Parts: sequence; structure tokens; C-alpha cells
Amino acid sequence: MSDLSGSEYDVAVVGGGLVGSATAWGLARLGQKVALLDEGDVAVRPSRGNFALVWVQGKGLGMPEYAGWTKRSADGWTEFAALLRDQTGIDVAYDRPGGFFPALSEAELEARAQQLQRLHNQPGVVRYDYEILDRAALRQELPFIGPDVAGASYCPLDGHCNSLRLLRALHAGLQHSGVAYRPNRRVERIEARDGGFRLATGGGEVGAGKVVLAAGHDNIRLAPMVGLDAPVRPERGHIIVTEKTIPFLRHPVGFIRQTDEGGVMIGDSFEDAGLDVGVRVGVVSTIAERAVRIFPLLGPLNVVRTWAAQRVMSRDGFPIYEQSATAPGAFLATCHSGVTLAANHALALAPHIAAGRLPQEFDVFSARRFHVPEAA
Amino acid sequence: MFQRLPNAAAERVPFTIDGRPAEAQAGDSVAAALLANGVQTCRATPVSGAPRAPYCMMGVCFDCLVTIDGVGNRQGCQVRLEPGMRVETQDGKREIGL
Ligand SMILES: Cc1cc2nc3c(=O)[nH]c(=O)nc-3n(C[C@H](O)[C@H](O)[C@H](O)COP(=O)(O)OP(=O)(O)OC[C@H]3O[C@@H](n4cnc5c(N)ncnc54)[C@H](O)[C@@H]3O)c2cc1C
Ligand code: FES
Repeated sequence: MSDLSGSEYDVAVVGGGLVGSATAWGLARLGQKVALLDEGDVAVRPSRGNFALVWVQGKGLGMPEYAGWTKRSADGWTEFAALLRDQTGIDVAYDRPGGFFPALSEAELEARAQQLQRLHNQPGVVRYDYEILDRAALRQELPFIGPDVAGASYCPLDGHCNSLRLLRALHAGLQHSGVAYRPNRRVERIEARDGGFRLATGGGEVGAGKVVLAAGHDNIRLAPMVGLDAPVRPERGHIIVTEKTIPFLRHPVGFIRQTDEGGVMIGDSFEDAGLDVGVRVGVVSTIAERAVRIFPLLGPLNVVRTWAAQRVMSRDGFPIYEQSATAPGAFLATCHSGVTLAANHALALAPHIAAGRLPQEFDVFSARRFHVPEAA
Repeated sequence: MFQRLPNAAAERVPFTIDGRPAEAQAGDSVAAALLANGVQTCRATPVSGAPRAPYCMMGVCFDCLVTIDGVGNRQGCQVRLEPGMRVETQDGKREIGL
């Protein structure tokens, strides 16, 4: 918590949530001198309230590159988790048993099948396996599904982790690699000056050659200061957690999963968010009821916590990665699946930021896609 | 460890602890009945396996969790003992009825 005045860094990362922490961790690994400026404990941050899926299936309809980017991160997760464990001794409990997405009627199952087919028919989309299972086939895998379950889609690439431990491991790793983590340092203003940046916080000013905006919802306000645009909005999601029970479910099943410690997490719809904008389940009793229809054995369990958190959602649900055209050392990174994409932010995005340039493959993720004239 | 105040009039209530026959008094909570029977720990925590025993006796600390008549994670201090109850100390996570 020392005063920041006068300190100089290669990179200042704004925001210590999952996106900023993973990116800063990746930058430090490459030998960059990094400051990570964060708010205090009262901050609005989905990084502490999410569902912990590392999820691939169903993502990328409308932007095939996002399907590839997601798969790449999920493929990198085993290495990422191992690096964190070796560095910090913290096991983030990553497991990739494959994920099911259940349907509660034949119509739902059919719609799911069509949606996945459209996704996988897109030109240039990454290839990977998935299956549609009818009720009989699903019961082979999950014998305790309820009578209303018509089937499920399955993808072997899906997994989950313990996301609170992920954030803790990242922060332990940051400390280990000498990153200057500064909580209670909300960045008020950023100014591009002399080929670098000055960041004004309540606790002094920081100078850095590059800046990464990973401030979640506050990117909206910060981005224009460095010639960027972050059209994101909050989208509320609810989560219910039950008391810890003996392990019965290794696979994440849509919005139901059992944690490594035994609690069952029940969330609302989390994936395909780009398609589902406007659909807000919202009510805790509705999600609990749906979960009990899928797994009746959840019925007697006591709920120990429920909460809501705000997703950082772009207009089409896809991530925004962009380098400023007017202040080229400034980068923006925001997405609604910061757990899934953490491996990419650490291992794939950070090296480009360290090198000072986002390659062409990132153009598709630029916020310029939102600037199409309304009546073209 | 604990000794009852003398109350000879109280009705005896038979129940079982981990299958063994035991006795307590009408009006006891399950947690009080366990303590009166010399039970030192009633559960092991689900993650680290640390031993726990009834502590606050008023429904706040959740340290008194036991399995009662087959249902796990019940707060012993909040359940009145009934004749014939099957009380089991709980080793870790509760059951899910598989
Ligand atoms: C209910 C729910 C379930 C989810 N489930 C999943 C899931 O299963 N899998 C998955 O991959 N993703 C999931 N997500 C999404 C995931 O949690 C987010 O993508 C991720 O947390 C976003 O991280 P972030 O770092 O962008 O944002 P945040 O967590 O908001 O972090 C931003 C950080 O920046 C700080 N900050 C803000 N403004 C400033 C400033 N001016 N100066 C300094 N610091 C600042 C904040 O204090 C905060 O620490 C879920 C989200 C929700 C809400
Ligand atoms: S003894 Fe504290 S809740 Fe029962």
C-alpha cells in the first residue's frame, strides 16, 4: 500500500479481477515489470461470484473465431493449472470430464441440436466433437436424471475448476513474480503522454509504457481516455449453493455442478449468452425448480448461500480485445467468460501485449464491429 | 464431561447413537442428549475432517450437525429428542440419497 508516486512500469494493468490478474500474471512470466491497480473489497466483480465453468460447447454462433479462441483456452487450461500449482502450491481443481447441457423436453433437445449444428456449420469454424444424447443414452452416463429430462448435448472439452482458488492462485503467483499489486487504487484518469501513460489514482500517480484496461464494468469510462471504446453492460446472474454432500456428480451439467469440496452450485443460463440476451431467468426459485427436475435427488439438500453477480457483457456477447489506434500502447480486454478464457489471457494474449502489438487475428474482436452505421 | 442438574421427575427417552442404545430426558435437544451421554465429538468437517461438537446450543454455529433418522446435516441443538430416534455422528459430507 505504499504511495505510488514516481514509480515506473513496463505495463500498468487496470483491474485485478480474473481478466486483469491472468493477463498480469502472463506478462510477469515474460519478465515485464508490471503494476496491477485494483479497487478495494467493495468492488462490483464477477470474478468473485461466478460459476467456475471452463466451457466450450455452444459458444461462437455468430463469430466462429470465438469458438476457436474458446477451445484454445480450454485446451491450454491443463498446462495453465499445472503452472499455477508449481508456482504457488495452490490446486485450482481443474477437471475436464466433459460437460452435458440438459434439455427438459423433446423440443428443447431439438432446438439445442439445431443450434449446435448451425454453430458447427459456420465456414472456418474450429472442429471438435460433440454429441446429442437421447434420454436412454444420457441415463447410461447420469443414472439419476429426473423423468422430465429428454436428453442432453455433450462435449468432451468442457470442464470446471474452483474459481475462487483460481483468483487466489493468480494473486499468489503475481506476488511471487514481483508484480506490484495495489488494492484500493481505483484509476481515476489515464493520460497518454510522451509515448507512455500516466495513471492517476487516489493514492498517487503511476507511469507505464503500456496500459491494459481490464477494469470490468469500468472499462466503459476508462476506454475513451486512451482512444478505445468498451460498449459493455452488466447482466445479472444468480447462483445457489447447497450444503456439501458426498460426491455424486463429476460432470458439469449445464447450470448444475458439484464442486471439488462437495457443495452443489446451481446457476442460471450462463453460456450462449450472446444468443440469449434478453432471456433473464433471474428468479432463484425458478432455477432451483429446474435443477430439481433435472436431478430430483437435489430436492432434500439445504441451500447455504445464494448470490447474484453482474456479468460484463458486450452487445453481441463476444469478447473485446483491442489496441488503441491513437495511443498504441493501450490495450483493452473484456469478456463474459473470464474463467474459461483465463488460460488464453495468461498464455496467448499476454505475449502479444508484451510485444506491444495485437496481431491481425485479433481484428475480429475489435469494438469496431459495433460501429457499423445503423442504416447501412 | 457434563453433569445434569438433579431432576428425578423427568421422563426417560430411549434413542440410539450410532446404533448403540442410549437414554436421555424428555425435553432434551439431540445435542444435549449427546453431551449427556458423553459424546465428545459429533461430526468431522467435510473438507479438512476436523472434529466438531455442539458449541453454541442455540442454532448459530452449525457445529452440532448430525444425521437424524437418516437425514444428514441436521442441527442437533435445534431438534427435540424423540423416543426411538436414530442419531448418527456424521463423518464429513452429508448423504444425498443415492
Ligand atoms: C453469475 C455469473 C456466473 C459466471 N460463470 C462463469 C463461468 O462459469 N465460466 C466463465 O468462464 N465465466 C463465468 N462468468 C464470467 C466471469 O466471472 C467474468 O468473465 C470475469 O469475472 C470477468 O472478469 P473481469 O476481470 O473482466 O471483471 P471483474 O471481475 O469486474 O474485475 C474487474 C476488476 O477491476 C477493478 N476495477 C474496476 N474499475 C477500476 C478502476 N477504475 N481502477 C482500478 N481497478 C478497477 C474491480 O475492482 C475488479 O477487481 C460468470 C459471471 C457471473 C456474473
Ligand atoms: S450447537 Fe451451535 S448450531 Fe447447534
